[in-house]
Amino acid sequence: MDKFEVEWLPEKELKRIQLERLRNILKYVKEKVPFYNNLFNEKKINIDKFSSLDDLKNLPFTTKSALRDNYPFSLFAVPVSQVLEIHASSGTTGKLTVVGYTKNDLKLWSEVMARTLLCAGVKKGDIIHNAYGYGLFTGGLGFHYGALELGIPVVPVSAGGTKRQLMLIEDFKSTVLTCTPSYSLCMAEEARDMGMDPSKTSIRLGIFGAEPWSEGIREQIEREWNMLALDVYGLSEIIGPGVAMECPGKKGLHIWADHFLPEVIDPETGEVLEEGREGELVITTLTKEALPFIRYRTGDIVSLTSEPCSFCGRTMPRISKIKGRIDDMLIIRGVNVFPSQIEAVLMNIPEVAPHYQIILTREKHLDRMEILVEVVEDVFSDEVKKLEEIEKKVLSEIESTLGISVSVKLVEPKSIERSMGKAKRVIDLRQGGGQCP
Amino acid sequence: MSIIQLSVFLENRLGRLDDVLQILKDNNINIRALSLADKANYGILRMIVDNPEKCITVLKKENVSVNFTSVVAVEVEDRPGGLHEVVKLLVEGGINIEYMYAFVEKTKDKAVVVFRVEDIEKAEECLVLAGKKVLEKEEIPF
Repeated sequence: MDKFEVEWLPEKELKRIQLERLRNILKYVKEKVPFYNNLFNEKKINIDKFSSLDDLKNLPFTTKSALRDNYPFSLFAVPVSQVLEIHASSGTTGKLTVVGYTKNDLKLWSEVMARTLLCAGVKKGDIIHNAYGYGLFTGGLGFHYGALELGIPVVPVSAGGTKRQLMLIEDFKSTVLTCTPSYSLCMAEEARDMGMDPSKTSIRLGIFGAEPWSEGIREQIEREWNMLALDVYGLSEIIGPGVAMECPGKKGLHIWADHFLPEVIDPETGEVLEEGREGELVITTLTKEALPFIRYRTGDIVSLTSEPCSFCGRTMPRISKIKGRIDDMLIIRGVNVFPSQIEAVLMNIPEVAPHYQIILTREKHLDRMEILVEVVEDVFSDEVKKLEEIEKKVLSEIESTLGISVSVKLVEPKSIERSMGKAKRVIDLRQGGGQCP
Repeated sequence: MSIIQLSVFLENRLGRLDDVLQILKDNNINIRALSLADKANYGILRMIVDNPEKCITVLKKENVSVNFTSVVAVEVEDRPGGLHEVVKLLVEGGINIEYMYAFVEKTKDKAVVVFRVEDIEKAEECLVLAGKKVLEKEEIPF
């Protein structure tokens, strides 16, 4: 199945392909997408002068608002009649973002998803239990197409109906689980409630994505399921899942840079950052037909390296695990806080579960951050002082990590809502800041 | 010899105690004694019930966090100084009391005091040697 030699090309060769494709796509969008034609004219950009990948930094960014402003199809580079599949994702604010795929785009998607599965170590004999949602969300169908391309059996179970999912895994002896990381934990919990031991199932490998997750959560998933848990990255605007994938060496996610050209920028200044520095991931699609993007700001915080992987030898650049999202970043009394930092702290305190919820309020013009944390059932004590000790421990560790004062409230086990899809970690009740639950 | 006490973690929100008591009622579980420790955000309901095993099972099934621990229940004369005598015995035995609560026996002229202590065996020994009656599980009248 080893037909994707491009992933091992020398860097110079890869860059040559990228530049050639970049020049083509620039011509293509200027000709086919009025939005880009106007943008290039307005910024006086002459795409014919484009001679090196470095010139990319002079091009303007595209943001999610371009999608919203051109709702539903105005950013498409082809007539809708040439589009075979349309997906949409619910933006947390405002309109849906709509994406489309031509026949060639679907081929591309199948290819990058096949590469993604291979990279994770999926092989003949595996059965993929695909619990990503099928529908407008790209997760379900993306994995489905990858499995078809590779010729690996896929169980298109979609999200939800956890008991039934567990029964299917047991009966079909599925070996690969694909879903969001939080849903895999939800499944493990349900399994134990049913008297089933998740570590004894046939699942050996999990490919998890669609939300940021910490190393601590990875360890927990691997322990509870007795599996290898790997991170997949993608977003519907670029293609869906299949943009980047970890190999079993867990040395960052290999980004399929022959199709998706990555940069990391300072989200404030827009300046391109040198390798290794953390910033916002920006992607230019090099080969997409229906919805090509030039310098699309993903909102995801990563760092980038082009060193070949010491585990698998792939030369494709690698992005770090997603640290957080620009829009998830909370500004609490002027301090930047990522929910993932809180998760990392909780993972290291055995007396509490890693399930948490952040509630933001404003009192007398000051932001207040309250963190609801579940007590682990086994350590719940009849003595107030023991609970107080747990509360204090959580409080002091979170405060020392974040550098701001917060309040911590212990809540009953399993009382924080479990999610089938993306976990809702933050409830922002500050005026003008986000929405009520 | 000691008695099983259940403790239930209660979030401080309207109706939570009601939920728990409803579960006990529906499962025909009788509470003999209880005390409630209240904090700003949560409380701990401690109870002695007629069927602790069943009680734990039904509460867990309803996703209530419940734990159990052993406590010492001792009969105390229902007169001035009755409680003082018992506490004094424990203090002299070097036993620290985490918390305590009392209930009155219906059939006798006695009160029963429940003590939560670290070293239950030692506490019971102190009390029994001084002639106090430490209750066994079967002796709690329901």
